[in-house]
Amino acid sequence: MTWLRPWLQSALLAAGSVVFLFPLWWMVVVSLETPKRAGAAMTGQDGVALWPADPQWGNYAEALAEMGSVPWVGFVNALANSIVVTTLVVIGTVLSSSLVGFAFARLRWRGRGALFTLMLATMMLPGQVTLIPLFLLFRGLGWIDTILPLAVPAFFGNAFFIFMYRQFILQVPESLVEAAKVDGQGWLGIWWTVILPLCRPVTAICAVFTFIGTWNDFMGPLVYLHAEEQSTLAVALNSFRNQYGGLDDVHLLMAASLVTMLPCILLFIAAQRQFVEGLARGAVKG
Amino acid sequence: MADVILKSVGKVYPGGVRAVQGVDLHVRHGEFIVLVGPSGCGKSTTLRMVAGLEEISEGSILIGGRVVNDIAPSDRDIAMVFQNYALYPHMTVGRNMAFGLERRRRHGSLLRSLLSPAYAAGRRDEAQRIRARVDEAAGLLGLQPLLHRMPRELSGGQRQRVAVGRAIVRDPAVFLFDEPLSNLDAKLRGEMRTELRILHRRLGATMMYVTHDQEEAMGLADRIVVMKDGLVQQVGAPTELYDRPVNRFVAGFIGTPTMNIVEGAVERDGSGIALRWAGGRITLPRGTTLTTARAAIGVRPDTLTPVADGPFRGTVQSIEFLGDRADVLVDSSGVRLNARVPTDLARSLREGAPIALGMPAVAHVFDGDGFRAV
Repeated sequence: MTWLRPWLQSALLAAGSVVFLFPLWWMVVVSLETPKRAGAAMTGQDGVALWPADPQWGNYAEALAEMGSVPWVGFVNALANSIVVTTLVVIGTVLSSSLVGFAFARLRWRGRGALFTLMLATMMLPGQVTLIPLFLLFRGLGWIDTILPLAVPAFFGNAFFIFMYRQFILQVPESLVEAAKVDGQGWLGIWWTVILPLCRPVTAICAVFTFIGTWNDFMGPLVYLHAEEQSTLAVALNSFRNQYGGLDDVHLLMAASLVTMLPCILLFIAAQRQFVEGLARGAVKG
Repeated sequence: MADVILKSVGKVYPGGVRAVQGVDLHVRHGEFIVLVGPSGCGKSTTLRMVAGLEEISEGSILIGGRVVNDIAPSDRDIAMVFQNYALYPHMTVGRNMAFGLERRRRHGSLLRSLLSPAYAAGRRDEAQRIRARVDEAAGLLGLQPLLHRMPRELSGGQRQRVAVGRAIVRDPAVFLFDEPLSNLDAKLRGEMRTELRILHRRLGATMMYVTHDQEEAMGLADRIVVMKDGLVQQVGAPTELYDRPVNRFVAGFIGTPTMNIVEGAVERDGSGIALRWAGGRITLPRGTTLTTARAAIGVRPDTLTPVADGPFRGTVQSIEFLGDRADVLVDSSGVRLNARVPTDLARSLREGAPIALGMPAVAHVFDGDGFRAV
């Protein structure tokens, strides 16, 4: 009966995939429906259509044009803002977390253990607790209505990713660091030329998680950025929902939501191999 | 002249553990010196202090006449080959070999290269020089077909060769090897040993080599430094250490199979000094000076031969055939003796049968403290 086992595994995995992919597919279907059929699908009057009867591709253009008060400008602005903020946050988080993780893993300094514990303790703090003190701090610095409160903290490391980098770097043989020293590298050089390239699986996890978290972040941009032209996609989508959240416009909401999600899906597909490898490594050796 | 001089060098780790004590050593230019000893004897720590990877707690180290105690590893004009090769896994073989030189080159800027054609040309020349150096070293070690491969695509022997090549490219004053062959299988180890010896002759460079394998040390070294518990026991040419070990530790450590040591009480009478143990009695050579009440005699297994009547009497415990020779293990009233004899001779022996071994022409006498007797 051993031949049955691979089949059973495949069947279970396929069933699991269907469960997870169905909501996404349903969004695609609704986004391509006519307003009437989309509304009916939401209320369950027509049951659930698994394939759009007459795909309305124009829904996408209409939805994106309707974001913000000026046609297309609102969407393009929000997209550009999201790209800038997310890029800065991803670069900042990867660089700072790997550097601090490297220092915790390889450098010997007084108070290292205590500081590491303190850093881990900051993970216990919920974001809501620090929201108001941080707002007051950034307001004091005159950073409100700029992207600085969203981007700058990323350059000071993220406790979880620092922990991940540290654990990974601890597995790198000490002799590699020593070889780099003999080759004339200082600590920063060792980090940049030897450690960071070796940390690719962790960097993939860090980058993908940070990207998704920042791209979908609603609270941060909502609190620190107030003008419409400063909105990121998540905030713009929320405004869009407030405006087009009714049953008649649900096809547009689904279309706009799908476009907003698309970069996250593409990034995951691109980094999938590294990502899974990194997670598995963490699970085995972490 | 790349002499390496260690003056009363010591290493004390936090917590007071003394890994190395008062090491005095002069490695002459072009010499191949091997530090050998059991695990934890301080040989690797000594080498790492020369490399600059361990701080020196006491004394001073000079390389080429310059005190290097506070000089960074990269500025000591050394290259090191590590036990686990330490090749950068994300770089090709060629880049691994060129990395150290590129690092030294990389102090220019892209902007300056764009603005100044002369500067850009200079940097191009430098890059070409590095490539030529890598090609030369690769040619020397037969690495040319591997230059574009990644380390993970290489066998253990090839990786070791790349690690040696990386050291050669730097053209250092002193090569340091930290147990570089211990991850290879026995056959490859033998081959690499020969290659290293040839390489040393060809380069004429000063080489310091650490191993726990005394056979490797004997095969490679111009001189061997035997260490134990952080202390140098003896420094000398392989034959000198084999023929005249200064103490029981060196006598037991150098040579395969291990030297037989028979301990006993010193007896003095009118005719001279003798050593008595449960299994027999031996009169020591005339002129031997012993001040202790107990002493030991050491004999190499390949100098012991079965005779009709000899001082070492016992029972054959086992016979191990090794090809043209055989190891005969003899129990002499609780003292185990190993005799390496020709196979033909061993065939005439039987396990469990009584045997007598003759006193060899060369034997080593150690006093009660383990030091070689005068």
